[in-house]
Amino acid sequence: MIMIGVLVAVSATLVWRRDGIDGVLEILTHDLALFGGILPRVLAGCLLGAFITEVLPHEKVSRSLGPNSGLKGLLIGTAFGAILPGGPFTAYPVAAALLTVGADFGATIAMVVSWTLIGYGRAVAWELPILGVDFTLWRIVISLPIPVLAGALGRFVFVRMYPKGEPPS
Amino acid sequence: MTAALIIDLTLWGSVAALAFLVWRRGRVVLVSAAREGTMDFINIVPRIGLGVIGSGYIAAIIPQEVITGWLGPDSGWLGVLAAVLAGAATPGGPVVGFSIGAVALKVGGGPPQVIAYVVAWALFAFQRLILWEIPFMPAKFVWFRAAVSVPFPFLAAALAMAIGKP
Repeated sequence: MIMIGVLVAVSATLVWRRDGIDGVLEILTHDLALFGGILPRVLAGCLLGAFITEVLPHEKVSRSLGPNSGLKGLLIGTAFGAILPGGPFTAYPVAAALLTVGADFGATIAMVVSWTLIGYGRAVAWELPILGVDFTLWRIVISLPIPVLAGALGRFVFVRMYPKGEPPS
Repeated sequence: MTAALIIDLTLWGSVAALAFLVWRRGRVVLVSAAREGTMDFINIVPRIGLGVIGSGYIAAIIPQEVITGWLGPDSGWLGVLAAVLAGAATPGGPVVGFSIGAVALKVGGGPPQVIAYVVAWALFAFQRLILWEIPFMPAKFVWFRAAVSVPFPFLAAALAMAIGKP
C-alpha cells in the first residue's frame, strides 16, 4: 500500500511538472469517474465471493481442486476461469473464495491464468475489435495449454517451497 | 455501452442466483454472507481507489512509443525478452496492452514478439497485479502466481514461431 502510494505520488508530481495543475486535474476527474463506475461491480464481485464461499461444499472443493486433484483439478480450474463472467472485479474475489474453501495454489493459478488468457470476456469486448479476428484466435489457440502448465508448475514449485503444506495465508 | 450492460446483467444475475442458493440454507446464513461480502467491499474500496485514481498518473508518465519501439521487427529472442518486460511494464486496463500490440503489428513488429507482449501483459502487468489482484487475494498467492507465470510468454512466443502466423 505504502509503496503504491509513493509510486502514485511520484507519478502525479511528474505529471504536474510536465503538464501543470490542469493535467493533474484532468486525470483525476477521469479516474474518479472510472472509479465511480467500477464501485458497484466491485461490490457485486465481493458478494459473489462471499456467497460462493458459503455455497461450495468445502470437502468437495478440496477433493476436486485441492493439492491432490491432479490434472483433473487443473482442468476444472481452467474451464472455470474460461467461463467466468465479468472482469477483475469478479475473477479475483472468486479466486480468493476458492482458496478459502480448499482449492490449492495450482488449481487457483490455472483458474486465474485461464481467465486472463482464454476467458471470453476480454477477448470479445476488447481484443477482437482492436487486434482483429485472426490474431485473437491465433493468440488464444497458442494460449490454450498455458493455464494447465502454469498450474502444474505452481504445484511443482509449491510442494518444494512449502514441503509441510504451509497453508496460504 | 451495451457490452457494459451485458456484463452488469450477468454479474448481478450471478449474484442473485447465488444469493438464492445461499438463502435456501436459511435467512441467517444469507444475511451473514452478505455482511461478510460487504465488509470485504468496504476494506477493498480504499485500495482500489488508490489504484484506479493513481493508475492514470502512472500511465501518463510511461511513454507508449518507447514500448512500441521495443517490439521491433525480427528482433528474435532478445525482442521477445524486451516484449515480456514491456508487457509487465504496460499499465493495466483492458485496452492499453491490446492497442499497443496493434500499433506494434502495424509498424512491423514481429508476431511472436507481439504475442509474447500481449500474453505477458495479460499474465503479469505490474499495475494490474497491484491494482486488482493484491487487494482481493493473499499477497503471497499473487507473487507466487506472477513468478510461475514468467516462463509462459516465452513459451507462447516459441509456439508462435513454431506454428507460424495463420
